[in-house]
Amino acid sequence: MRQYILKRLLLMIPTLFGVAVLIFFLLRVLPGDIVELKYAGSGSYAPKEALDRERTRLGLDQPIWKQFVTWIVGIPRLEFGTSMWTGQPITHEIAIRLELSIELALMATFIAVLISIPLGVLAAVKQDTWIDYCVRIFSIAGMAMPSFWLGIVIILAFVIYFRWLPPLTFTSFWVDPKANLTQLIWPALAVGYRYSAVATRMTRSAVLEVLREDYIRTARAKGLWERAVLTRHALKNALLPVITVIGIEFAFLVGGLVVTEQVFNLNGIGKLFVEAISQRDYTMVQSLVLLTSFIFIFVNFLIDLINAYLDPRIRFR
Amino acid sequence: MLISLKEILPPHLTKLLFAIAALLALPLVGIAAEAPRSGGELVFAVGGTPPSYDGHRETTFAMLHPVAPHYSTLLRFDPQNYPKIVGDVAESWQVSKDRLTYTFKVRKGVQFHDGSVLTAKDVKATYDKIIFPPEGVVSARQATYAVVDKIETPDDQTIVFRLKHPSASFLANLASPWNFIYKADILAKDPRWYEKNIMGTGPFTFVEYVAGSHWVGKKNPNYFMKGRPYLDGYKAVIIRDTAPRVAAVRSGQALVEFRGFNPAARDDIVKTAGNQVVVQESPWVCNLTVTLNNEKKPFDDVRVRRALTLAIDRWAASKTLSQISVMKYVGGLFRPGSEFAMPESELVKLAGFGKNIEAARTEAKKLLREAGVPEGFSFTLKNRNVREPYEVTGVYVIDQWRQIGLNVNHVQQEEGAYFNDFRQGNFEAGIDFSCDFMDDPDLQLFKFISSEKSPVNYARYKDSVLDELYDKQSRATDPKERLKLLRQFEKRVIDEKAYQFPPTLWWQRIVPHSVKLKGWKITPSHYVNQDLRDVWIAQ
Repeated sequence: MRQYILKRLLLMIPTLFGVAVLIFFLLRVLPGDIVELKYAGSGSYAPKEALDRERTRLGLDQPIWKQFVTWIVGIPRLEFGTSMWTGQPITHEIAIRLELSIELALMATFIAVLISIPLGVLAAVKQDTWIDYCVRIFSIAGMAMPSFWLGIVIILAFVIYFRWLPPLTFTSFWVDPKANLTQLIWPALAVGYRYSAVATRMTRSAVLEVLREDYIRTARAKGLWERAVLTRHALKNALLPVITVIGIEFAFLVGGLVVTEQVFNLNGIGKLFVEAISQRDYTMVQSLVLLTSFIFIFVNFLIDLINAYLDPRIRFR
Repeated sequence: MLISLKEILPPHLTKLLFAIAALLALPLVGIAAEAPRSGGELVFAVGGTPPSYDGHRETTFAMLHPVAPHYSTLLRFDPQNYPKIVGDVAESWQVSKDRLTYTFKVRKGVQFHDGSVLTAKDVKATYDKIIFPPEGVVSARQATYAVVDKIETPDDQTIVFRLKHPSASFLANLASPWNFIYKADILAKDPRWYEKNIMGTGPFTFVEYVAGSHWVGKKNPNYFMKGRPYLDGYKAVIIRDTAPRVAAVRSGQALVEFRGFNPAARDDIVKTAGNQVVVQESPWVCNLTVTLNNEKKPFDDVRVRRALTLAIDRWAASKTLSQISVMKYVGGLFRPGSEFAMPESELVKLAGFGKNIEAARTEAKKLLREAGVPEGFSFTLKNRNVREPYEVTGVYVIDQWRQIGLNVNHVQQEEGAYFNDFRQGNFEAGIDFSCDFMDDPDLQLFKFISSEKSPVNYARYKDSVLDELYDKQSRATDPKERLKLLRQFEKRVIDEKAYQFPPTLWWQRIVPHSVKLKGWKITPSHYVNQDLRDVWIAQ
């Protein structure tokens, strides 16, 4: 098991390096640069020489390979530099938003798990009954409905019928739990519903598949209670693909809730991502891509560990 | 000896007199109810994030709206009588007869937020940074102060600007809302300190900025205007997307968004919030321009350019587009209603501004034939991928050009690609924009002088006649003479050469806000009147 973990950890390094190379050069292909965006706008009469000096200050006049080397050697030391747009340290800019994004992802995951596992199992056990049909309608609707659309509906309903909106600015859970939950519960519900729909479908099909296995028939034949058959034998094995889906969705949520963050005006990583790209804030985009890639890879690593724990065949393969 | 009314008048007459007195006093009660009230925190929405905190280098309202309340400027526009100029930290000023020397007396007792006293040296250091920026410092509006030869401070309360030649716009440029007065000692140590820090003399001190989320300021108890500001503080909440910004104003969570909304959002807010909101509207010092790349064929031919402007029915656009967008007022190179605007009687004589659109289009087709442009000629119009007013305007002009047999491909780009293509000249035709803090021709016409002199002239032409006219009007000391030069300039750009032209309309600024917000008056620029010193919140 230790060797397995070590191997997986070492594999992260070339993956992250590949991501770093790819994003660095892809960004440079995009037309336009940050200095143009800052000073070509309305009301700006900065002369060309001043813009060139600004490019020099930001290091944009250096050959691309040199810019890459400067950036990449800082990463092992966790030196991500400063944002080209705001001049603030990137770690500071990300830290402000990361708490919100992780909390929202955790809340949405919690809601999704709470809904999907019981509903998925219920639908599988009661296959082709009215319960199964209801769960299927619920989950298909969730998948078909974009979470940002549900978010807009929630906001409109609150504003129009109650003239109330969640707080405009983020308050940490550790400072004021009530204000924090009042703000995040609605986006978490909007995202969690779609997320739960996917997981419900996956749970249902996984449980159905396992319920047809020989060892389940054997368990039933030897007189085990149906609840024990389900929880001890069926669910444990059916959870492997479900955990994979939940894990991947969680990793996606940390940086991928762009539209939902805009709809609810949440100051999260997704919104920062979009702003940084549109501003051609190279250093910020590079760091964000690395961060989200790391989260994705790390969560996948954790999923593999859980799967290996649940299924000994994986760790001994 | 005091004698009571009750002693000398019968009781019923006393009551009657009191009743009359009470009735007479009612209007006064009304006035008293409108008297400014101190206290409260103003929450307002801002549609963007400030790149840095430095007004001298930034060009976005997203910096100005949250940051301006921390600073004073030398002069300012009087929001009640825009564009009248009044002093801010300047108590008085004199202009020499030859208009080459401007002498300002700085108010005594103005304090920075750290308690130090503002002197003329701080004003000089500020303007030195703006006009003669040191190495590594970008000053976005440096070019507009090229007329300044040197700045002197004969004593702590006096600052003197010596000009190379007379400048009609110089005083107004000193009222620029971007020119925050900084502290000389700080600038001497680090000219880029203000990019990440705040230290001003404005009505509010800095509390905190949470990047991408909100900006907080609190009342400056030592502000030089006694009794101001009224507010205890303010919170600028950053809401980039329009829908949640509208929702915030509609629900009353934000009392206002100062830049403004389009008519649909206004109607939406008014419909939901009813009598809890009021709407202030004004013509806006913003417009869109059709920019033709004069280096590309067939746009190097004046007949083609004239045909393109002749085809656009601006008067019909005014009626239709103003229903769905901020595009509203037909005008030339100056904001309709401003002191420099061309009267309608003259405007209708310019190509593309006449009211007989059929005749104009017939002439346009004739010009295209003469220029050898075939029926169905195809080209690309590059535009920003912003729905309103850019996309709306792009669609409109394409439809207008289709009616003279042109086939135009609308390419909408995100900002980076858009600016890149405009700067590089990688376009045939495009929608360009202009938004500034004042109507003065030195700013408004800068886009239209030769591209080698103006970095914002993307149409890529050289015209020494225009350059000369620009210089002459800029130096003109007689307003009538200046106006005459402006008419010549305008006629040449829009009509004779049609290098680039206002495609449709000037914008309307629409600001719906809570009835509780008082003391704020809309101006034609969303950059002006943002220091919040007169703003108060009614109960």
